[in-house]
Amino acid sequence: MNKISPSVEDAVSDIRDGMVVMIGGFGGAGAPIELIHALVERYKKTGSPGRLTVVNNNAGNGAVGIAAMIYAGMVAKMVCSFPRSSDPKAFTERYLAGEIELELVPQGTLAERIRAGGAGIPAFYTPTSFGTLVAEGKPVAEFDGRKYVQERWLKADVALIKAELADKKGNLTYHKAARNFSPLMATAAAVTIVQASRITEPGEIDPEHVVTPGIFVNRIVEVVDPKQEEALLREVTK
Amino acid sequence: MTAKLTNAQIAWRAAQDIPDGAYVNLGIGFPEMVAKFKPKGRQVIYHTENGILDFGEAPPAGEEDWDLINAGKKAVTLNPGASFFHHADSFAMVRGSHLDVAILGAYEVAENGDLANWSTGPGSVPAVGGAMDLVHGAKRVCVITDHTTKDGRPKLLKECRLPLTGVGCVTTVYTSLAVVDIVNARFVLREKLATISLDELQALTEATLVVEGTVKDLVVPEV
Repeated sequence: MNKISPSVEDAVSDIRDGMVVMIGGFGGAGAPIELIHALVERYKKTGSPGRLTVVNNNAGNGAVGIAAMIYAGMVAKMVCSFPRSSDPKAFTERYLAGEIELELVPQGTLAERIRAGGAGIPAFYTPTSFGTLVAEGKPVAEFDGRKYVQERWLKADVALIKAELADKKGNLTYHKAARNFSPLMATAAAVTIVQASRITEPGEIDPEHVVTPGIFVNRIVEVVDPKQEEALLREVTK
Repeated sequence: MTAKLTNAQIAWRAAQDIPDGAYVNLGIGFPEMVAKFKPKGRQVIYHTENGILDFGEAPPAGEEDWDLINAGKKAVTLNPGASFFHHADSFAMVRGSHLDVAILGAYEVAENGDLANWSTGPGSVPAVGGAMDLVHGAKRVCVITDHTTKDGRPKLLKECRLPLTGVGCVTTVYTSLAVVDIVNARFVLREKLATISLDELQALTEATLVVEGTVKDLVVPEV
């Protein structure tokens, strides 16, 4: 077993045009900046991977991370709950120009669709969005006198995840609220690629403390002192 | 022009009804202000969608950890006994009836409890976040809002005109003029400012305000 990639460039080298890419993070917390930028740099050099569908809670902030992907022109569609931020220009301009597609999903439904995708559950019913525009066209059913909306699983070709610790078998821990969607996305992608601040020997993470078990992780790359998206944005605007 | 409560005073009033030991989610923006007015001696545990229970106040400037934020992407701190969890667990807390109180802002509320607070219609980038989830599951779903729009039109309506966030989901509305419970698809007036008559309040409210028993004076300190 060798899940370790020698570099972020190597870790993302087989992501191809048109793939569905889940990217962990909520705002800046948990955004795997180094993996994303390795992908952006490859696109700028080679024109690939383009026409990506990106799944994230948001749709980029400023000009780093997902916003950099959008500015580069490699994103065809965003699946997210809240495409606004302190500086949403990258997405907003392209969305209003009709150059990028948006699938708006309520935040809890987004989380549960990803969870279902990873758990082999093709659809589920939720009270969220019943009677709203978001539920249009979706099947509705009544359970115990209350109406619920059917939502489908969400799966991806690739997930890009930022972890705190990874052991060589792929067991992960996260840093504070940078966890958010990442443990779900790790389960729902065909290939889960993780950047970790430190890679340890198996056994160094107490099994009681493992958040994402290694079965959900395909590839690990060590990024010591990773950039934090929010901190990066604040440096830029200083 | 009738005297009315400031936003801080509306937040103060809503905070008085949060019981000791409650698990509470405060929406982004105005509802976050409610935390400032928690009555002394009560313990309230705050939930944020992005996976924290029991977060505390903002840290001093310069001491932020940007991996420790609330749903509004503001830096927070942790209270002893705080916990982290992923997004599916976070929304299990929301939809699974584990939260005691959710407090949200509103563009419009209808007498049957319908809420519109996420979209002002076409022409902008739509963004819903966790609002559509939060209105389902909390035992009490409270709205804090000005009683009317900036140009004086009622926000408490017979039917919402803007796109809905949820159907029949609101339990109590705290406004700049009154406290209104939603009971059996009617607005039941519980409190109003002493300086406004029932007729004047009704004139600023599209749907009928039902009076059951006594209407108390809405009394709020300067805050």
